[in-house]
Amino acid sequence: MSPGESSGTNPARDAVLAAVRRALAGTDRAPRAARHRPAAGRPADVDLFVERVRDYRAEVVRCRPDEVAGSVGSALTGVAGVVVPEGLGFDVDGALVDDGLGARELDAIEGVVTLAAAAVAETGTIVLTHGPGQGRRALSLVPDLHVCVVAAEQVLADVPAAIEAVAGQPVTTWISGPSATSDIELIRVEGVHGPRRLVVVLVEPRS
Amino acid sequence: MSGTFVGMPAFPEAAAEALRNAQLRTNLAHATGTIRAKRLAVVGEVEGWEDLRRAGAAIKDEVLLHLDEHLVELERNLQAAGATVHWARDAAEACRIVSGIARSHRVEEVLKIKSMVTQEIGLNEALAADGIAAWETDLAELIVQLGDDLPSHILVPAIHRNRAEIREIFLREMGGVGRPAPADLTDDPARLAEAARLHLREKFLRAKVAVSGANFAVADSGALVVVESEGNGRMCLTLPEVLISVVGIEKVVPTWSDLEVFLQLLPRSSTGERMNPYTSTWTGVVPGDGPQEVHVVLLDNGRTRALADEVGRQALRCIRCSACLNVCPVYERTGGHAYGSVYPGPIGAILNPLLQGPGHDEQTDSLPYASTLCGACFEACPVLIDIPSILVDLRAQVVDARRGGVPGGEALAMKAAARTLGSARKVRRAERIAGLVGRLDLRGRRLPGPGKGWTRERDLPQPAREPFRAWWKRTGGRG
Repeated sequence: MSPGESSGTNPARDAVLAAVRRALAGTDRAPRAARHRPAAGRPADVDLFVERVRDYRAEVVRCRPDEVAGSVGSALTGVAGVVVPEGLGFDVDGALVDDGLGARELDAIEGVVTLAAAAVAETGTIVLTHGPGQGRRALSLVPDLHVCVVAAEQVLADVPAAIEAVAGQPVTTWISGPSATSDIELIRVEGVHGPRRLVVVLVEPRS
Repeated sequence: MSGTFVGMPAFPEAAAEALRNAQLRTNLAHATGTIRAKRLAVVGEVEGWEDLRRAGAAIKDEVLLHLDEHLVELERNLQAAGATVHWARDAAEACRIVSGIARSHRVEEVLKIKSMVTQEIGLNEALAADGIAAWETDLAELIVQLGDDLPSHILVPAIHRNRAEIREIFLREMGGVGRPAPADLTDDPARLAEAARLHLREKFLRAKVAVSGANFAVADSGALVVVESEGNGRMCLTLPEVLISVVGIEKVVPTWSDLEVFLQLLPRSSTGERMNPYTSTWTGVVPGDGPQEVHVVLLDNGRTRALADEVGRQALRCIRCSACLNVCPVYERTGGHAYGSVYPGPIGAILNPLLQGPGHDEQTDSLPYASTLCGACFEACPVLIDIPSILVDLRAQVVDARRGGVPGGEALAMKAAARTLGSARKVRRAERIAGLVGRLDLRGRRLPGPGKGWTRERDLPQPAREPFRAWWKRTGGRG
């Protein structure tokens, strides 16, 4: 049996696929010409990334590699309860390391610190693939403050570059500013269900 | 529970009613004007926007012309990633599948991410009939649901409500279905959003089953994509134990790289942002992260009917951005309810008749006429759907479907015109009569009899005193 032929066990599947083939009968189904525009191929502009993240009213802190722990610590000043994923690579004072906390336990924690997999300059986006140092998805969602540490060399020029960078990852989360809504009279309000504050700590090498 | 569109009057009656609502027109003009300006600004930033639109259209055409192959590949990759794939021919079948999964987990409630397709199939009503409450978690959908109201826009379904009305709805209704709104709630949008956050948080934390749609389904990896703003989507995709996604079969894209095109086109066309706050992608069951039981329901419900329509097929490229609504002079004045469907505006005027077929019902048949054919929708569409051409073609299909039976006034007038214009002698006689009528002052007059309707909203044109052919004969065209 070739793939897509009747399996004989799912009449709905057979009916839908047969309806598709009937609908296309007599149509020229030759493959179409190449459709992707060429990749921009330009280098990422880190200053543009900072500007675009701030456009979403997220905060950006720029620091040197040896200042990461300090910058993260300042971002967490006054925050009641912090959780971090395994594999963060630096210490956060008094933080709990996630070992599969329940949703209610996470809800009682105010802040979370994670790394990212990539970032996009053009759109001010950070991309998580939820590997070591980034934590499972709930971790960077339920607490009200998300501090995300991004290395300057992770910043890519545009969306096509980021799509390529995270291809094959089973789960990705693209974050552009804090959670927001414009559902009431189209007035933008930052902070609905996701973290109401996003702080991006951008780590730049010493020049 | 929100209402349904069943039994709505045809567009002309519903539109006339909506046009009398001055508040609605003010809200709509403000809202559509605001989004239009934002969209233009961020679209203008993108070098090669036209190339992107062409790429989006080409990818979707490729999907549609090989839809069977892409669906089979999607199914295979979803199953390989641990998802259970279901197929549904129509709305009732899809609702039965979702309800069956929810009942097998003995839940009394499910959480919902805003999804056009679950509205299209009437899922909330079907679940309610089976004793399961479906809670909408998008802020605007929550406003619509609590207000026992109907959505009026694809992207901002409560666009017809202002902040004072929303405050009233929250104060009155939240307590009956969960955590009440704070007693000192003001109509400040930030306070209203906060009330929604608190109200829904307890539902998120206890949720067992969530239902989503999907913006895209990637055939070569089995990844589903949800594009959102508030984080309610992430909550529903992450915290529950069971996730059911209802996906229209036209949502497939062939490859992961195709997403680069749509993740640029969609946010800029939709909310007028460079990127929406949150985009989630997931591939079946992700061990140790999120729901460990994942279902995907692939839905036809008229899509193969639309696919068979050679002119209308391109409507299935639609990525539900709602740019066409915001630029449409008709939508801007009537709002979404007049279209009598979850898909309002120009895209609704073609999608509903294409999904259901001409001659299905009076209301749907009236939609291809709900347009001035100005073409603004075509210009705004990120996947180049030629809405005006489809509208014209559907008008012809509606006329064909309704041929036979008692002809209306317009059909009678056209028949009389054909008879008259077919004979030189009859044209001369008609011209003489028109010339006589032309001596009367017709300004502000109305036609009697069957012509009455035509002059209700139009001025009667003043016929020339001398017919053209008489003038030509007299002067030879020189005076």
